[in-house]
Amino acid sequence: MKFGVIIFPGSNCDRDCFYVIKDILKQRVAYIWHKDIYLKGFDCVILPGGFSYGDYLRSGAIARFSPLMNSLASFAKKGGTVIGICNGFQILLEAGLLPGVMLRNRMLNFICKYVYIKTENAQTRFTNICKQGGILRMPIAHNQGNYYIDAAGLRALRENNQILFRYCSACGEISERFNPNGALDNIAGIVNKKGNVLGIMPHPERSSEKELGSSDGYLIFKSIAECLKNK
Amino acid sequence: MLKAEIYIKLKTTLSDPQGLTVKRALESLGYKGLADVRIGKLVIIKLKFNDKKRAQSQINGMCKSLLANPVIEDFDYKIEAKPSIIKE
Repeated sequence: MKFGVIIFPGSNCDRDCFYVIKDILKQRVAYIWHKDIYLKGFDCVILPGGFSYGDYLRSGAIARFSPLMNSLASFAKKGGTVIGICNGFQILLEAGLLPGVMLRNRMLNFICKYVYIKTENAQTRFTNICKQGGILRMPIAHNQGNYYIDAAGLRALRENNQILFRYCSACGEISERFNPNGALDNIAGIVNKKGNVLGIMPHPERSSEKELGSSDGYLIFKSIAECLKNK
Repeated sequence: MLKAEIYIKLKTTLSDPQGLTVKRALESLGYKGLADVRIGKLVIIKLKFNDKKRAQSQINGMCKSLLANPVIEDFDYKIEAKPSIIKE
């Protein structure tokens, strides 16, 4: 099983992802430069957080034209596992690999804090060792995490069980009060229809060790590893 | 030479927190009677050719592929001849 971490100019969580896969998950991992064209021998590709291309124009809008993105689209089409974290999520949205878009946070400020998210669907390759309805504690750090999709799109997300994580309270209450950025329906993470591409705003790679305040994020990486092991 | 001015605006169906904040700030400065403030982007592109039709199709393509996100933004543009003598 081999993981790849894509580096775009301006990515800054690539090393954290690499470290978690290599030293905590103990799996093979390699960096992939965004100008590479081939994506061979990888089972799971991670688009890390950061500020690709300085977030100019719109977050992720320029990175989606990186040479590697064509290969990533066909990798995803063939069923390869893809996870976009924070800016990686924004890139997947701009690239059309996930539906919807990120608006600026409701209060306009950059939010950097721990939040709670509820596992809404534990039957995916990203959540199979999480508990259904389980609450995870992870940090967010973003300026544009205010997820938006039109009414028809939201309906489709719900019908296909594509909403994986929603912002909630420590006890799992989902309401506007516990919505940090204004995201529609408290959405913190979604998968594509096929279930092999995940976008998530909170940072699982920053919460994979108890020493860092939470190891809940590790459940996502471990889920992927379990799924790939049984493939 | 042609000059294109491209305006990118958030769709009117979406709330614009930036515009709302600026509206409040203007009101706190004493400006009265503001009905709404919305903020968008202006992109100015100079083209090295004079064919307006070609320019239109290029600018349209640029807006659709990169400059605007059709899910949340509308765009509008005007293209005009730019006297090439003026140095900028």
